[in-house]
Amino acid sequence: MTTQGGSTMKKVVIMGCGRVGAALAADLDAEGNQVLVLDTDPAAFRFLPEGFRGTTVVGNGIDLDVLRRLGIENMDVFVSATRGDNRNVMAAQIAKHIFGVPVVASRVFDPIREEMYRNMGLRTINPTRVQSRRLKKIIEAPDDDAANAIAAEFLAQDGA
Amino acid sequence: MYMIIVGGGKVGLQLAKDLLADGMHEVLIIEQDAEKVTEIGQDLPDVVMLGDGCEATVLEKAGCARANMLIAVTGDDEDNLVSCQVAKQRFNVPRTVARINNPKNEEIFRKLEVDITVSATSAIMAHIEQELPTHHLIPLMKLKGSGLEVVGLRIPDDSRVVGQPVRSIMLPYQSIIALVVGEDGQAKVPTGDTILHADDEVMAVTLHESEESLREALMAPPPARTF
Repeated sequence: MTTQGGSTMKKVVIMGCGRVGAALAADLDAEGNQVLVLDTDPAAFRFLPEGFRGTTVVGNGIDLDVLRRLGIENMDVFVSATRGDNRNVMAAQIAKHIFGVPVVASRVFDPIREEMYRNMGLRTINPTRVQSRRLKKIIEAPDDDAANAIAAEFLAQDGA
Repeated sequence: MYMIIVGGGKVGLQLAKDLLADGMHEVLIIEQDAEKVTEIGQDLPDVVMLGDGCEATVLEKAGCARANMLIAVTGDDEDNLVSCQVAKQRFNVPRTVARINNPKNEEIFRKLEVDITVSATSAIMAHIEQELPTHHLIPLMKLKGSGLEVVGLRIPDDSRVVGQPVRSIMLPYQSIIALVVGEDGQAKVPTGDTILHADDEVMAVTLHESEESLREALMAPPPARTF
C-alpha cells in the first residue's frame, strides 16, 4: 500500500484471520497502514505476529451493525478471506454497494463463482487453480531435489 | 412453471408440497445434506437432488437454465444470496426469491438483484397486523428497488369511499388501486367509474411513506361537516 517517495497510509479491514488473512494483515501493518482484522473466532488472532500494531475485532463481517461500528464508511480497502466463499462475496458486496468502500477484494475458492463475481465488479482471486497446477508440477518433477527447486521458484515468484 | 427450491429444511419441504399440490408446477429441491435428501425422498420421490445449490455445476445439472424461478430458503442468508445471484448471472433465471433470516439483510438483498425477499419477521408482523382491528393495511410485497409496495385492505362500512367512484378518491402520491374484489368474489381492475362498496377487498400499490395517507384516503370515515 505504500508508494515509493511519499507514502500513502491506507485504512484496511481484513475479514477472516486465518493464515492468509493474518499474513496479509502483518504485511500491510509492516508497511505502515492502519489495519483492522475481523474474525468471529477470537482464537484466530493467534496467527497474527507479535508486535502487530493493528486492531482486532471479534464479529461477523456480514453483519451490517458490526461493519458500521468499525467505521466501514471511512475505510479505503476491504478484504474478505474467510473459508466461506459465500460469506466472502456477500461481505465484499456489502462493503462495496452499501458502504462504498473504494477497493474491495475477496478470495473465492470456487473457480466459477470467482469468475462470476469478478465480472460483477469485485476484485477476486481464486487460489484453487493456481495451487492445483503447482502441485501437479511438483509431482511431475523427476526427483525430490528438482521438486524442491520448483517450490523455491514459486516462493520467489510470490516475493516471499 | 419450473421452480427450483434451494434448501430442503422445513420451509423448503412445505413450500415444495404446496407448489406440487397446485398441480401446475414442476418442482425440484436441492439439498446438500444426504440424510435430509433420503428423508425428503421418502415423502416426495423424484423431486429432490443432492448438492450445493450455490454451485453452478449443481444448478446446471438441476436444469437451472429452463427454470422460471429459483427460491433459496436455507437458514443462511449468505447462501441464499449467492444461490440467487448465480441463478441470475449464469442461468438468467427470470425470478429469484430469497428467504431472509436476519431482517437487517433485506436492504442488501434488494440492492443485489434478488427479485423478491421473504423475511419470517415481516411475515409474522403482517399476520399480527391482520389481527389488529386498528391497522387494516396489510403489506403484501415489496417491489424491487422502487420503494413501492403492494398492500391489501378491506373497505370498512363507515369509510368515506363507500358508494363513491374510484375517480373521486384523492390518492396519495404514487399510489394506485390495482385490483378490487367485490362481494361476488370476482377480481377486477378498477376504472374511474368503478364504485367501491363496504367489505370490498382492495389491492393497491403505494410508497412505504404514503401507507398512512392511503389508509386515511380509503378507510377513514367521511370528514365531519361543519355548517
